[in-house]
Amino acid sequence: MRALLSLVFLVWTATAAHAADLSYALTPRLIAPGTYIVEGRREHFSRDNGGNIVNTAFIVTAAGVVIIDTGPSALYGRELRAAIGQVTPLPVVKVVNTHHHPDHFLGNQAFADIGVAASATTAGIIARDGQSLTENLYRLNGDWMRGTEPQAPTGRLEGGVEEIGGHRLRWLLLAGHTAADVALFDQTTGVLFTADLVFKDRAPTTPDADIAAWLAALDVLEALPFRILVPGHGNEATDAAPIAQTRAWLGWLDSTLGAAAAQGLSRTEAMQLPIPADFSALALARDEFQRSVVHLYPTLEAGALQRVVGPK
Amino acid sequence: MRRVAWILVVLLAALPARAQTVDPADPLGSVMWTTVRDAVFPGAAMVFDDHVQVFSPPVVEDTMNVPVSVLVNGLPDVEEIVLLVDHNPIFKALAFFPVQAAPAFETVIKVQEATPIRAAARTSDGVWHVGGLRVDAAGGGCTVASVAASGGDWDRLNEVSGTAWRRPDGGQRLRFQVVHPMDTGLVDGIPPFFIERLSVATPEGQELARLELFEPVSENPVFTIDLRGHAGSVVIGGADTDANQIAARIGMASTLFGLLEASR
Repeated sequence: MRALLSLVFLVWTATAAHAADLSYALTPRLIAPGTYIVEGRREHFSRDNGGNIVNTAFIVTAAGVVIIDTGPSALYGRELRAAIGQVTPLPVVKVVNTHHHPDHFLGNQAFADIGVAASATTAGIIARDGQSLTENLYRLNGDWMRGTEPQAPTGRLEGGVEEIGGHRLRWLLLAGHTAADVALFDQTTGVLFTADLVFKDRAPTTPDADIAAWLAALDVLEALPFRILVPGHGNEATDAAPIAQTRAWLGWLDSTLGAAAAQGLSRTEAMQLPIPADFSALALARDEFQRSVVHLYPTLEAGALQRVVGPK
Repeated sequence: MRRVAWILVVLLAALPARAQTVDPADPLGSVMWTTVRDAVFPGAAMVFDDHVQVFSPPVVEDTMNVPVSVLVNGLPDVEEIVLLVDHNPIFKALAFFPVQAAPAFETVIKVQEATPIRAAARTSDGVWHVGGLRVDAAGGGCTVASVAASGGDWDRLNEVSGTAWRRPDGGQRLRFQVVHPMDTGLVDGIPPFFIERLSVATPEGQELARLELFEPVSENPVFTIDLRGHAGSVVIGGADTDANQIAARIGMASTLFGLLEASR
């Protein structure tokens, strides 16, 4: 019996040791003066990646550090702050959540002493749904989420130009990927942070999408004189190709599903439609297409079904 | 310390007992299947059969709205198809009687958690042929599912929207939605209230297909059915658990069904 208990103890300590070893090994990469991207993988949430599927970014200004999104967990938030500490001794002065998806705000706990800002809409959605969104990520990411609790942004982000430590930062309050999406154009360096309004080489996600609003937001972004674009998922670019790629996917999604609904296809039939070879560069295209059918088809098919009345 | 050991013994002893309930023939290896089978089809002859195909997205994001289609391919004389969810508190979602329709349909259901979803097709010899797949639930990561119906549009209760499309084989594709909360009774303070039966018939009253529905069917459900050999208008009839009647007429199919088939 003592041997059995020893075995149990060994298994338990091994598991605990494994949990203590979890690390995202975040490595900020310099892409412009004082500007860093912390690039995530182009994958779904998993226990393997711990939710590190998202890009966060930060700008080291003369007055301190501005952070765009805080990542998928408390651990990520702490590691992000530590990684920034390796780059600069300057304090963090502003932290922003671009929208309410959990990979973008669940690192907020690590910045509780500074406070996090977001649009009023985003802050409201996080306050309302934060708990459910967090529970979802515990399920998907497992132990990486330990100690993570939703923390709704308390600061209000306003649109317009703000000067911080020599950087002229233009905040754009847009929508389309969700009900409220913030993009940031650093007019000083020419870097455009699009958050999830732009995906690069990874199929866009649509659970809260309004395609028409999203396409309009892409037009706004493309009109900006940026030199480097940092998408919400996928690596940075020096041209507008990721905007064109996101626009092409959304346009194809909208027209294909609209035609499918008009021609009587069921939801599961629509999910099996072929995806054009043009989109072969997009990771997770089939998975995201199936998800998008669930998100978008009910509204489209309602338009194809005529209201009918009793027999006459 | 002795108590810890006892707990371990009890836990270990529980494992094989649980494993024994798995039907070794079940391709999905579900611990619930024998319970579902004995509750829904007591004493019936059943076989697992690949001719019965179920399709649903492998990862369910909104557990209140899971599209599921069933296609029975190559089995003669299918008289009834039952849709089952192993890990739901209520196993049976619906029974479809094809009558004059193809042995295939799509609908939208609620699931409680990751679960096998199955279809059992009864052929005229009385044998149930079972096929299915497993879905993983709450997998999107960015969605919040509601637990209760969205509040109800009582002015539109039992209102039907529907369209028919002509099929190249002379039949028609029928898709229709009925406005109904489809309350399960499992949410505190909201009694069960759902559509119990639906029928598709000719204007002269000849039955073309029939559905019996249960609590797991989603709010404002959408149904897809392929009618054989009837291209004219159809009448949708039915009733919910409060005996509210459903009655609607869907006009003759004008446009052609078929983007998917054309593209294959």
